[in-house]
Amino acid sequence: MNDKPMRRKPWALGIVIFLGLVLSGSGYAAATSTYQAEFGSPEQIAEGKKLFLANCASCHGTNGEGAIGGPSLIGVGAASVDFQVGTGRMPGQASGPQLYKKPVQFTEEQISAMAAWVASLAPGPAIPAEEYLRADGDATHGGELFRINCAMCHNAVGAGGALTEGKFAPGLEGVTEKHIYEAMVTGPQNMPVFNDANLTPEDKKDIITFLKYVEENDSVGGLELGSIGPVAEGLFTWIFGLGFIIAITVWLGAKAN
Amino acid sequence: MSVITEPKTVIGKAANYVDERLTIGSVLKNFGRKVFPDHWSFMLGEVAMYSFVILIISGTFLTFYFQPSMAEVHYEGSYAPLKGMEMSIAYASSLDISFDIRGGLLMRQVHHWAALLFVAAAGLHMLRVFFTGAFRKPRELNWVVGFLLFLMGMAAGFTGYSLPDDLLSGNGLRIIDGMIKGIPLIGPAVSSGFFGGEFPGTEVVARLYSLHIMIIPALIIALLGIHLLMVVVHKHTHYPGPGRRDDNVVGYPLMPVYVAKAGGFFFLVFGVIAAIAATFTINPIWNYGPYDPSPVSAGTQPDWYIGWLDGALRLAPSNLDLVIAGFVIPMGVMLPIIVSLVFLVLVGAYPFIEAWVTGDRREHHVLDRPRNAPTRTAIGAAGVTFYAVLWAGASTDLIAVNFQMSLNHVLTAMQILLILGPVVAYWVTKRACLSLQRKDREIALHGRETGRVIRLPHGEYIEVHEPVDKYELWKLVDFKDYEPIMPRPNKKGKITVGTKLRSAISKIYFEDRIAPVSKAEYELAHADHGHAAVEEKPKRKPKQLKKNL
Repeated sequence: MNDKPMRRKPWALGIVIFLGLVLSGSGYAAATSTYQAEFGSPEQIAEGKKLFLANCASCHGTNGEGAIGGPSLIGVGAASVDFQVGTGRMPGQASGPQLYKKPVQFTEEQISAMAAWVASLAPGPAIPAEEYLRADGDATHGGELFRINCAMCHNAVGAGGALTEGKFAPGLEGVTEKHIYEAMVTGPQNMPVFNDANLTPEDKKDIITFLKYVEENDSVGGLELGSIGPVAEGLFTWIFGLGFIIAITVWLGAKAN
Repeated sequence: MSVITEPKTVIGKAANYVDERLTIGSVLKNFGRKVFPDHWSFMLGEVAMYSFVILIISGTFLTFYFQPSMAEVHYEGSYAPLKGMEMSIAYASSLDISFDIRGGLLMRQVHHWAALLFVAAAGLHMLRVFFTGAFRKPRELNWVVGFLLFLMGMAAGFTGYSLPDDLLSGNGLRIIDGMIKGIPLIGPAVSSGFFGGEFPGTEVVARLYSLHIMIIPALIIALLGIHLLMVVVHKHTHYPGPGRRDDNVVGYPLMPVYVAKAGGFFFLVFGVIAAIAATFTINPIWNYGPYDPSPVSAGTQPDWYIGWLDGALRLAPSNLDLVIAGFVIPMGVMLPIIVSLVFLVLVGAYPFIEAWVTGDRREHHVLDRPRNAPTRTAIGAAGVTFYAVLWAGASTDLIAVNFQMSLNHVLTAMQILLILGPVVAYWVTKRACLSLQRKDREIALHGRETGRVIRLPHGEYIEVHEPVDKYELWKLVDFKDYEPIMPRPNKKGKITVGTKLRSAISKIYFEDRIAPVSKAEYELAHADHGHAAVEEKPKRKPKQLKKNL
């Protein structure tokens, strides 16, 4: 019979050591991962390289050094790959002023593998930690930062806007927290980079909080007409408001005859 | 002599009491018998007036809660994403109206939608008056009053738009500030006088508030009073038709028909505005945030009625600046100001321009069908196109991003359209009007084509034409034909430059014209044996014959 309590058993020490190692190791990894080159397992990197050679190398070069069609990927980091491929912008469909979002072409695993390989080339922005993506920060501060840093291109509520020569700032509704964060740290296409000295991770979290608040809370005033402001309101007035009123005047005019 | 009986009912006695003291009965009797014609397009001005009444009602509610102060406070209301934010009292009180005062947001939205509808209905009313020639003698002055009312509507709208002191309206004010400062010599002084120092200052909201709730509404009410008084003095115009002449009005009396109708119509308009305001967000100021001179949001536009001026600014080429004695004249700002002022002056002065060109001094109470004044209609179409391109110019960025085009290309296309569009519109409209007149003439003379082809005993095929009834015929033939004015020497025997100019413009107006069917023509066409006269295309007939042979 073995009536020793569980913690007295000979293998208990082994479990405690194991748990301690896992906790401290993953804690350390979580604390340091944000802006370090994130290396996946050698298998994942090898898989990523294979995918890269098959799908990306014709434009970005066989070693990611860049070619005629595409820029160098050395140092762009895992976040960049995760954003560009994860939103379907990459692989690009056609060259033009700017790449459009389209259905995502790869699975999560494949994207992580490619991200791991690109991250292994040189240090760059990593995929953000979960804690910054919870949208539970300070929406007021986020809103202020958004108006100062982002609204001139993306519109005050992220409805999007035009840039020069066919380029544009896309609407931000429906963009995931992770992709918003990655866009800020990597500055995809025509967007500037907002690094951690410019907007701290906490600031970024606040901006995400603001955007998610606006997205999830419908306007208290009713239907939003695309949130594009006075142009939509004016067209609505002329077409539907005045249109309806004219229908009434015709009705009133016809009744008398 | 009829016997005067004492009224017996309470209302009758009360009315008698008032009448004996104010003799208001005769006024009411006359006014109540005023006849108004019936047509849907005559109600557009009414829509503008009702929108204005709704603006006053909802605006009064808003004044109870709005505080026009630019002092800084920390927002502590219930809209979460702005909590604790530093902002002006004006913006904070606008947010309170939107979130914390019962019915406040609905009233704000009623007020704003009504404002958009007010100017839109007034604009459409102006177009109706223009295209039917209702501005001709004796109504030229009323056109000017109406034109001033439209300008006041724009001014009321703009001053109101700027009151909440949110980011969007602040950007709009900043543009105005830039335009004022761009005026040579006086610009900076005027700007600092208006804003009480450097933009944005701490006073402009209070000043705009005084204009918005006092000066401009008072002017609108005064002008509206004059406008309506003139309508009563002039009596209403009516469309051409049997029995409709310059010396009568065919329609229904004010009492009881129009009093009931117009009263009901007010509530219909109010209902439409309330329904829209309850369903659709307008000017969500909480999205824009408090005004701060550094941020500018993409998609910053003014309300629609200021849009054409914003468009003029956007479309003006930026490389035309003049340098005079070391001072830069910024044509990117001056050109839009000059062009829009010229446009406005032409609109306001059009009745006098046309009266001068036609030399017509008679009174006109029967309206023109737009086709029967081809040049005026064409000028109107060109003006509408010019305005519309400027208006669309204010949304170049939205057009570019929503239709996936290059912003630069959209701008260039608009610049070309601004010049070319009115020319094309003028030409197409004039030709369309002349063709419609020809068609009218054809129908008046030969009736409608029935599509029924019959063979006569001797073998000839003819299509049966059905003559139009007399009622319809009246509409087709009753209009005045003008002819180009020849330059004639004055008393001193000289042909002045003015006379030459007038005859040149008159030639543009009336060189191409279709004369109305005269009585003689009509009788000839309908004479029993006048069939030969009806077939009035002798030039083509022989040719065809030759071919057939």
